[in-house]
Amino acid sequence: MDFGPYLMLATLEGAVTAAVLALTASGLALVFGVMRVVNVAHGEFFMLGAVLAWWVTHILGGSAAFGFVVALIVVPVLVGLLAAITDMTILKRIDYDPERTIVATIGILYILQQVTLMTYGPDARPVVPPFNTRIALPWFEFVDGKISLYWPWGLSITSYKLAVIGAAVLVLIGLWLLMTRSKLGLLMRATEQDRDMALAFGIPVERVYALVFGLGAGIAALAAVLIVPIQQAHYLMGHDPLLLSFIVVIIGGLGSLPGTVLAALLIGLSDGIISVFFSPTLAKILATLLVALVLVFRPQGLFGARKA
Amino acid sequence: MTKSKTVPVTGAQPTRRDALKTLALGGGAAAAMPLWARYAGAKTSEPIKVGFQVHRTGIGAAYGRWYDRTTTAAAALINEQGGINGRPLEIVAEDDGTDPKRGAEVVEKFATQHNCDIGFGTLFSHVVIGSAPRAGELKLPYFVVSEGHHVASGMLNRYTLQPGITDVKSQVQAMAPFVAENLGKKVTMIFPDFAFGHDHRDYFTAAIEAQGGEVLEHIAIPPTETSFTKYFPKIPRDTEVIYHVMVGPAVLTFVKELGEFFGPQRPEMFGFIDSLEAVDIGSPGLEFLDGTYFWEGNPRYAQEDQSEYDAFFRERVGVDANGASVSDPKDVSTYAHMFGCWETLHVVKAGMESAGYRGPQDRAALVEAVEAMTDMPHSNAHPQGAKIFNGKTHQVFGHQYITKVVDGKLLLVHTTSIEDTFYPDEVDYTTQAL
Repeated sequence: MDFGPYLMLATLEGAVTAAVLALTASGLALVFGVMRVVNVAHGEFFMLGAVLAWWVTHILGGSAAFGFVVALIVVPVLVGLLAAITDMTILKRIDYDPERTIVATIGILYILQQVTLMTYGPDARPVVPPFNTRIALPWFEFVDGKISLYWPWGLSITSYKLAVIGAAVLVLIGLWLLMTRSKLGLLMRATEQDRDMALAFGIPVERVYALVFGLGAGIAALAAVLIVPIQQAHYLMGHDPLLLSFIVVIIGGLGSLPGTVLAALLIGLSDGIISVFFSPTLAKILATLLVALVLVFRPQGLFGARKA
Repeated sequence: MTKSKTVPVTGAQPTRRDALKTLALGGGAAAAMPLWARYAGAKTSEPIKVGFQVHRTGIGAAYGRWYDRTTTAAAALINEQGGINGRPLEIVAEDDGTDPKRGAEVVEKFATQHNCDIGFGTLFSHVVIGSAPRAGELKLPYFVVSEGHHVASGMLNRYTLQPGITDVKSQVQAMAPFVAENLGKKVTMIFPDFAFGHDHRDYFTAAIEAQGGEVLEHIAIPPTETSFTKYFPKIPRDTEVIYHVMVGPAVLTFVKELGEFFGPQRPEMFGFIDSLEAVDIGSPGLEFLDGTYFWEGNPRYAQEDQSEYDAFFRERVGVDANGASVSDPKDVSTYAHMFGCWETLHVVKAGMESAGYRGPQDRAALVEAVEAMTDMPHSNAHPQGAKIFNGKTHQVFGHQYITKVVDGKLLLVHTTSIEDTFYPDEVDYTTQAL
């Protein structure tokens, strides 16, 4: 493939990765930002989203679009509820103690993964996309000094992948509006800034915590519902999103939403481009190296505020 | 047995009718007796324990499910027919998570905890390579059903045998002439990045070059990968044939994205059915496969000239004419591979019977008895086809099938001879100590 179309394809693939990653990672960033909880089980909530999406579309049967739309609405709510219950029954009981929450969420990770294995089974199952048209993209070349268009082999994207990018952008804008423009966002930010002061002002911090934990998991589940028609639902699919989300959140600055989105773009696009031109392994190596460099030279992350 | 009293012991020679009557009575009595009593004639009625290393979880889970069903069906059949040396066969299944490290532990458990007579049934090549050395140390006969060339290459040991399924080197060598003559000579290979895929890479490249063709590009993909489009731009523009073989939970995504990548302008395609094992070929997004070719170890769809043995095998395992479970048409089998479990268990039975196998003290005799085998005729015990076993390399050789996708079904277009799959021996395991 020529360099131009090659780069364009890599960018498009990277954009899909970046979109899903931005959603997943912003869920993780939100939980860390407000609650100071490192949620190791975040990838499993993502996986649950995909598995439940298969389950919902499978039970409903009928048209692919109908089942998918229902899954898109129901699944994030279900996963969010489950996460909120987890928060109230487990994390609250251990007082959100940093070390103990890490151990507890590792436990939740294994419980969710193994329960899925025992019920849903070890197979990868597909969800049919609501629509999926292959869109061939043209590229230009100079023939006798004039620009002419041609359709290179393999330079294409599907309508569904474009829709995933669009949906991710919308959800992120919605999340940003929620955080900055709504009363709920105000409560969350107040809790984030000073938990004790928020309590003193009568903010129901415990309920805010449960809500934030549910919201974070729900966003990850939403990302999974969006990606599952492209990939497949499988009980081990939570590993990569968790790892990449941590990379993104560390680079972007723990708890910073704009930083997270920017880092997701950086990691997603570079993952796409480096994977296409070199190898996916090199892409992971470079991303991890970037984390190391950020930790050494800018420990608060690109956008994180340095703690006094 | 008490029934033998009906045979006249004095006077005239027993007539044939008498003998038949006696046999029928004996057979009927045997069938009516509980299982333990049926084997009372053997010196011991202790079961022969086969440690079945099964990929219940991990990337090999779909294969594991069907290897399990096939093994269970084969063991039930062998037991109905009187077991091995008059002793029942017991399958001790243990999940290895498709993980080499766990695989070695499972082999150890078979030998020391479960007191199994043999280890059996491993598929994924990295698990075989991880487990076989331990089986060799424990002197546990280890019958793998893996396809990898690691047995015949001499990498493993005298206790590891592959008598029920052919290896990648012989398969690809038999495929290369068909690909070069019918599809094209400029090939791009896409394969999983572990031992099994490397066998494809090494031996198909050599085989196609021997046919005057060339491999333009090797594209290795980790078997745990979930998104594939980013690998495809490496496919050179002048590729005539895509040779694809993929394993792991995301094979359906792999084939779908391959179709989306090419759109209407696809080159010729030749795939190993591994890319679609346990996947319904009628899944949305796979329409582009129509007119492409597949290697199949055993044709998934019952063909027009289906043998009675294949029909018997399908019925016993519970597979319909489309290669799916009779109880759930969406549950597609790993038909091109799982016959290996069935055939291997029958080889174990034949080996134990010719060795007069009594218990773990006869493990070495069992290995020697299997090494002495050569011809395995097409039969209920070998439903995939006739085979020739090479006792020196511990590897079996057999027919290979090429099918074409026509109207969403795989139709047989070419069957190779067994000789097409031969290559010079690379090892003589019989020179190693037992």
